[in-house]
Amino acid sequence: MLRERELIIVGGGPAGMAAAIAAHESGVRDILVLERDYCLGGILNQCIHTGFGIRHFKEVLAGPEYADRYVNQIQSIPEIEISIKSFVVKLTREKVLTYLKPGQMHEVKAKAIIMATGCRERTREMIHIAGTRPSGIFSAGLAQRLMNIDALLPGKEVLVVGSGDIGLIMARRFTLEGAKVKGVVEIAKTTRGLVRNRVQCIEDFNIPIYFSHKISKIYGRNRVEAVDVVQVDDTYKEIQGTLFKVPCDTILISVGLIPENELMEMAGVKLDKKTNSPVSDGLNKTSIPGIFSCGNSFKVYDIVDSVTRDSILAGHLAAEYLKGAK
Amino acid sequence: MKRYDVVIIGGGVVGASIARKLSQYRLKIALLEKEEELAFGVSKSNSGIIHPGTQNPPNSLKGHLCVQGNYLMRKIAMDLGVDFKEVGELIVAFQENEIPELLRLKKEAELLGVPGLEIVDRAWLRKREPNLNAEACAALYAPTAGIVSPYRVVYDNAENAVRNGAEIHTLAEVEAITKKDTFFVIRTKKGIFNAKYIVNSAGLFSDRIANMVGINDFYVHPRKGEEFLLDKKKENLTNHLIFPLPTKTSKGILIIKTSDGNPMIGPTAEDVESKDDLSTSDEGLAKVISAAKRLVPSIDENDIISYFAGLRPASGKDFIIRREKSVPGFITVAGIQSPGLTAAPAIAALVCRLLGESGLTFKRKIFFHAHRKKTIHLFTISPEHTKSLIRKDPAYGDIVCRCEIVSRKEIEDSISRGARTADGVKFRTRAQAGRCHGTFCTSRVLKILAEKCKKPVTEITKRGKGSEIVKGEKRVA
Amino acid sequence: MKKTITCIECPVGCTLELDIENCRVVKVSGNKCPKGHDYAIEEIESPKRVLTSTVLTENLPIILLPVRTDKAIPKAKLMDAMRELKPVRVKKRVRAGDVIVKNFMNLEVNLIATRSICD
Repeated sequence: MLRERELIIVGGGPAGMAAAIAAHESGVRDILVLERDYCLGGILNQCIHTGFGIRHFKEVLAGPEYADRYVNQIQSIPEIEISIKSFVVKLTREKVLTYLKPGQMHEVKAKAIIMATGCRERTREMIHIAGTRPSGIFSAGLAQRLMNIDALLPGKEVLVVGSGDIGLIMARRFTLEGAKVKGVVEIAKTTRGLVRNRVQCIEDFNIPIYFSHKISKIYGRNRVEAVDVVQVDDTYKEIQGTLFKVPCDTILISVGLIPENELMEMAGVKLDKKTNSPVSDGLNKTSIPGIFSCGNSFKVYDIVDSVTRDSILAGHLAAEYLKGAK
Repeated sequence: MKRYDVVIIGGGVVGASIARKLSQYRLKIALLEKEEELAFGVSKSNSGIIHPGTQNPPNSLKGHLCVQGNYLMRKIAMDLGVDFKEVGELIVAFQENEIPELLRLKKEAELLGVPGLEIVDRAWLRKREPNLNAEACAALYAPTAGIVSPYRVVYDNAENAVRNGAEIHTLAEVEAITKKDTFFVIRTKKGIFNAKYIVNSAGLFSDRIANMVGINDFYVHPRKGEEFLLDKKKENLTNHLIFPLPTKTSKGILIIKTSDGNPMIGPTAEDVESKDDLSTSDEGLAKVISAAKRLVPSIDENDIISYFAGLRPASGKDFIIRREKSVPGFITVAGIQSPGLTAAPAIAALVCRLLGESGLTFKRKIFFHAHRKKTIHLFTISPEHTKSLIRKDPAYGDIVCRCEIVSRKEIEDSISRGARTADGVKFRTRAQAGRCHGTFCTSRVLKILAEKCKKPVTEITKRGKGSEIVKGEKRVA
Repeated sequence: MKKTITCIECPVGCTLELDIENCRVVKVSGNKCPKGHDYAIEEIESPKRVLTSTVLTENLPIILLPVRTDKAIPKAKLMDAMRELKPVRVKKRVRAGDVIVKNFMNLEVNLIATRSICD
């Protein structure tokens, strides 16, 4: 006989925690949060820069500080069970979840599910950069993790591809840690990231930023040795004669994020082919009644305060659904 | 001074297959590989197709070895615990006037002994291959085509050879070979090896090895192939391997099913100058996408999660497998491009025969461990099996790679079985091979490698020296 | 002299039009809130930034403790501050907000932990 829970939340980052707390506020008394990492907080733990919480807490906080407030709150609520190192491998339309954790495998049915699985980074492969495949190519988020959690320096001469927020923030991080940032290459005419990040991460450190440019080739057999940078026109086509070579040992890829919704897809939730977000009526619902989605897995947000707002709503909606289902 | 009966130079699928075959006998064997791990040369870019034997010139050596190899591979895969799936292949014609060409291919293949061939019509294709371009009017169906993981064939052959007493030496690039009395003296980066017999299966560099003993009559041309891997979600894009009609130089751009589920499209075929030019190009992508879309129009560029290039060691039209009369005891195995993986078990058998003809005597071992326990991959087994494994060893429940669902236990085991690099772990376990490309798991894979290999993280490489992944550690800086 | 800068106080990123005389800001426009006005003056007269970084721990469950200055410090001192952080070692469990270095570099700011170290 399958154990049945009222509400299961997949993901213990800012979205999952806010949704859990909100659902509890709305009266749900049996909540299980499944977190794959060994601690709560999700990606905020590696976002050591400030700028979080201005809207929600009316304070300027670093990522882990923002997470910490939620961790303290969620841990004080006995009706919310938190299971860490818990990796969901399967989700069905009938809301049966299978998850693994060291030494255990569980199958559990939920009356309602909130998916708060966050997003992943677009890769070099998705933007098809020609050339070799040496070491030294990192997504900006991986570089951030290596530097801010693992105390490792991924490289010393860095070129950033794409001007997403993580890329800009990592350009500053690398500079502060003593590496040389050779430039930021952005195919569009302006930064994709927030203006404040362009100012305080790039301009503050006199890092060259190349708009309407792309990298067209990667060199280096074992380790990155250089890249070709070329200017593009309005249709992103290369402009002849503008190519130049930048020697570097590291390439950071910061070309956007995609909601991580493979589990929902497995359950048969309809996803938008382009954005990978669940097709929704705009209120965190999905095409399967009782499966909700929030935070960056619902839609990629610029700032965590929006993730929180969106997830609180999802928590309340799930509670409402559960009341109706009784 | 180490003395061997046979030294095999080159640890790709051919070398590993020969090593395992020879390890049945009471012989002292060493396999030398110049890279940090086996399968890091030509084999790492293999598409994993076990060809039925079609599209080979009649009476070609490679045609015969392919048909034999297709048969032999099944038992070897079973013995070694490698998944072999017989998916069948379709060579597709788009116009009625191409059907005679299909018939010609069928006839040639039948002469080589390829079983079960059939010309299938439009209705058959609509039913069994619904995503195939509706304009396809007929196809040559070869039911015996199959798929395997090329890496696992190499690693598991090698592992079994070692279990049966063979030695494997990596980072042992051969620098010179001389003959002294009745044996060869092989100078390598890992010291001197003496051998009565040498098998040269050095892939792209087999001409260089041959030159060392004065054989200069062949040259290995690198012929590049770019391949593109699609998301596992598209596993059922096709039910068979899909081929266009072959051209003079290659089998064309294919839709390949792979044993890990991700469909693959490619390869291109382009002669290149350098034996380490593994770069991919925008033109290659464009070419592959347009050719693949002609076969299966629903293929979407956005489904590509990875791409890479490999080099075929081309030397003339056929394989070169021979005893070198001018250098007694030296066996050449060169020019092994497609269908090299399929043919490998048959090549190994042929090499044994040539060694016998050169005077080597074969005595069977009393205890030959023919079977190898199948490597566990959580993503391929049933939930019940997973559950019992996790209960036995908690590390199976500790998921490191989320896209491909690879546990810490599998990664640690791969290191115990010989993985030394991030690519080595990837090829064996698939960790870092999924849609996120290691964004989530590289940090942990690095740490597990460092811990198990007892090395600082800064010395862990992607694929050997020079490809270190991180440049510094804050703790020691 | 006229100058245009972007306010970085919050994610809105207002474009501020400044009138500057003798290195002093005499007029700010374009700001949507009073923070923008103060930012503009500070940014021109003595630019400051909050430093965020990490310090090494010893024998604790995490290798790095993320830290920040509790107030902004002169922009020109950021690299010096990074050097100051190098030898800092955290040896006991802390909560987010705890002071790690008091009166950091005599700048009248504290270096505080931004993460709690639990089990």
